[in-house]
Amino acid sequence: MSVSKPLPHDAAKLHVTGTARYVDDIPTPANALHLAFGLSPISAGRIKSMDLDPVRAAPGVVAVWAADDLPGPCDCSPSNHDEPLLSDGTIHYAGQPLFLVAATSHHAARRATRAAQVEYEEAKPILTIDEALAANSRFEDGPRIWSRGDTAGALKDAPHSVEGSIEIGGQEHFYLEGQAALAMPQEGGDMVVHSSTQHPTEIQHKVAEALGLPMHAVRVETRRMGGGFGGKESQGNALAVACSVVAAATGRPARMRYDRDDDFVITGKRHDFRIAYRAGFDDDGRLAAVEFVHWTRCGWSMDLSLPVADRAMLHADNAYFVPNFRIESHRLRTNMQSATAFRGFGGPQGMAAMERVVDHVAHALGRDPLEVRRVNYYAAAGGSAPMPAAPSRDASGQKKTGDGAEAPEVTRGAMEEDATSRGAQSVTPVHEGHAATGVQTTPYGMPVEDFILHEMTDALAERCDYDARRAAVARRNAANPVLKRGIALTPVKFGISFTLTHLNQAGALVHVYQDGSIVMNHGGTEMGQGLFLKVAQVAADRFGVGIEAVKITATDTAKVPNTSATAASSGSDLNGMAVKAACDEIRGRMAAHLAALHQADAGSVRFEDGQVHVGGQVLSFAEAAKECYLGRVSLSATGFYKTPKLEWDRIKGQGRPFFYFAYGAACSEVVVDTLTGEHRILSTHILHDCGRSLNPAVDRGQIEGGFVQGVGWLTSEELVWDDKGRLRTHAPSTYKIPACSDRPDVFEVDLWDGENREETIYRSKAVGEPPFMLGISVLMALSDAVAACGDAYPALDAPATPERVLAAIEGVRGA
Amino acid sequence: MRTTLTVNGERHDLSHDERLSLLDAIRDQIGLTGTKKGCDHGQCGACTVHVNGRRVNSCLTLAAMHDGDEITTIEGLGTPDAPGAMQASFQACDGFQCGFCTAGQIMSASAVLEEIGRGEPSHVSSSLSSIDGMTDGELAERMSGNLCRCSAYPMIRAAIARAAEAAE
Ligand code: FES
Ligand code: FES
Repeated sequence: MSVSKPLPHDAAKLHVTGTARYVDDIPTPANALHLAFGLSPISAGRIKSMDLDPVRAAPGVVAVWAADDLPGPCDCSPSNHDEPLLSDGTIHYAGQPLFLVAATSHHAARRATRAAQVEYEEAKPILTIDEALAANSRFEDGPRIWSRGDTAGALKDAPHSVEGSIEIGGQEHFYLEGQAALAMPQEGGDMVVHSSTQHPTEIQHKVAEALGLPMHAVRVETRRMGGGFGGKESQGNALAVACSVVAAATGRPARMRYDRDDDFVITGKRHDFRIAYRAGFDDDGRLAAVEFVHWTRCGWSMDLSLPVADRAMLHADNAYFVPNFRIESHRLRTNMQSATAFRGFGGPQGMAAMERVVDHVAHALGRDPLEVRRVNYYAAAGGSAPMPAAPSRDASGQKKTGDGAEAPEVTRGAMEEDATSRGAQSVTPVHEGHAATGVQTTPYGMPVEDFILHEMTDALAERCDYDARRAAVARRNAANPVLKRGIALTPVKFGISFTLTHLNQAGALVHVYQDGSIVMNHGGTEMGQGLFLKVAQVAADRFGVGIEAVKITATDTAKVPNTSATAASSGSDLNGMAVKAACDEIRGRMAAHLAALHQADAGSVRFEDGQVHVGGQVLSFAEAAKECYLGRVSLSATGFYKTPKLEWDRIKGQGRPFFYFAYGAACSEVVVDTLTGEHRILSTHILHDCGRSLNPAVDRGQIEGGFVQGVGWLTSEELVWDDKGRLRTHAPSTYKIPACSDRPDVFEVDLWDGENREETIYRSKAVGEPPFMLGISVLMALSDAVAACGDAYPALDAPATPERVLAAIEGVRGA
Repeated sequence: MRTTLTVNGERHDLSHDERLSLLDAIRDQIGLTGTKKGCDHGQCGACTVHVNGRRVNSCLTLAAMHDGDEITTIEGLGTPDAPGAMQASFQACDGFQCGFCTAGQIMSASAVLEEIGRGEPSHVSSSLSSIDGMTDGELAERMSGNLCRCSAYPMIRAAIARAAEAAE
């Protein structure tokens, strides 16, 4: 069997020898054009005049486009149709593309952009949260508000309360491969696009719209990305549209990639948040009520900001049951890059604020924060949650279509929208009353049926010797006035599924050839997360063959249509199931044919170890395929999957937006130099829940990588805009991502030994995003270290750079 | 202008703009795309190659400065069917996720082992004249110029340690 094994990455030998191809490595004919955007240096205002003749005259330039020269607006937005490819005269942010240059080389195109003569009429930009609030500059009419219980009353009645606020910075994706696209014109006006994207269908949709073509005239292919992290869910649209427009107009292939600085300046980043809170609690720290206000800067266009801000709200409880809960979320429009998807999609920000609340409560009571965490955890899954007696090997969870039992799904509002994007705003009606009794529900009404953090926390605390280490930290801090240590163990509960219900579907295409080799295709994209390998393992397992028999091919909109983005950690859950369905269809046909041929019962045909057992006969898989081919059996099938149980009303904030939760916990110990604010992670222990892991080696890599990236977000990665709205940290020289030497000295990662309660692919759990939030343990450990310097609560903001840590130390001392 | 480079043992006579970086010469003119451009600013290490046996960020140096030099790129260390020692070690240890930084990591790592072998100290060495061998700290410090956004660092470190052990 191939699943649950630590098989190596499918493209390993290509990667280590430099032969794995990314978009910019694809050879193109000598007449290919290279594109570059001319960018706005100001963040708000209008173009008074723009003379592009000097650009046209520059060496190597073939053609230049301003907005009026385009076939239409060439919208690049995944949601609101508010992102024209080139400025229509209004300038929304510093870095906005104003015109497009096609030249004979990348450098010629870039150099030529500088020759433009542009005069601007500058306006005062809206940059800060306060400026946006004062100008009522926001998306949606007003804040989104969800609540449960009587929060105001409970806050008043609670014996204790705390209040405060936390600033949480954004984050640049810094995918090591910058955005890139290549368009190749075809006969009859068709277009083939290679794009470094997490969402080929979205690229296809936007290119077709820009060129005025039906979607069938555009084919998008994505073999792999050099990292995505959410930054390639919508941010690749502009390059693909630009290349296609140029290729259509000139009949020549067109390619574009952003240089690193341009990539920083043009594309969106993680949303930054300011979150204010009030919490009421008893002597044990048990929360009676929590109230949050989220303010987030969305930048100039809507992009995916609404579902991001929703997901921040959906994770505002993290792992804690709070009977009275109110949350208000403001999505502010500012003159900056349009903030976008980034691993966790708002969840990390919402969760970090709740961890801050718990930390603050513990500080107010003088208790160990871990005790307060445990007291507030959701009730254990244990008793009431039915675990399947024996794990079913057939875990497709699929209903046969056409059995008539299911009511048709009605999705309002998706018809005129960019329906395959998370930016669409349709609402799936929620049917009331499905919460089982005895199970606690989240503030948005979803029963928490699979809560395993009690056991995981106990196991991790024991493994990392939490109590003894916490005592040792206190002893050292008492003895050492300069170096202060801190320790924190924090949990993660992360909801898995797209909150836009209809995106939770996937398709696959599988062929078995007459020599027994297999080709598999699905809608997911590979960006280093090991999706292709995991899904190929599923296919190999269904046919009982080795993984080498399965060919993994590039994601291609002509093979599997209408795919969702590879995002929301959903890649293997959705595509694994779709591939399994396709394989099982073929396997069923093969079994039926072989059984008839060899006078056996179809149900008794077994596919294992590269062989097919029929009655007393044993055939190699290749022989079996050949026999089926000769018997005129179709050896090709599509598969489809849609996640069950979901229903969600984002306006009311009610329903079951997630199929299940993924859990994790991390304990980190840090040391802070109180003279400089510099700090180091001494150790991190992680216990993470991947259900029954499809590939423990790949999952471990996701956990380690997610954690380190999360720590980068909360400690060293700082985005700075100046008072004119220009991003000042636009290169790795000024924007610090973790390096090899930043890893904790002790770094131990274990997988929780369990399985998904829900019927996911082989009972595994999604792993792309949840580990990112394990990084919160480091922020809380830093808070703990700072707290050792004085009496006041540290109220440490993120990223906790040495500067901020030092300020927080002065804060607690000054009090 | 004209420059002659020997890349992976093969001679290339280039005719080019003075401003051509060594990286662009390798990728665009010679057509070896295994060497990656991560930042074009000397800050990520994705473009690392060996020039006369020493590691260099090829985006930070001009092709014109290397007339007559011997350049080795990732393609020169081995092939998918016959990988070099460091390549095999990265493959065995899964020293990557998206793979975009991998060529640079491997080029850097193989040079690091030689630097340590020659006794060249680093920032974390205990003294200028003696280094403590291939310790984890030495390796991590010397690899800190090669960024990996996927943070595959634990596996990268394991891969280098494995190759170092084999080399010692
Ligand atoms: S591309 Fe040369 S160091 Fe980044
Ligand atoms: S493996 Fe993705 S950047 Fe290193």
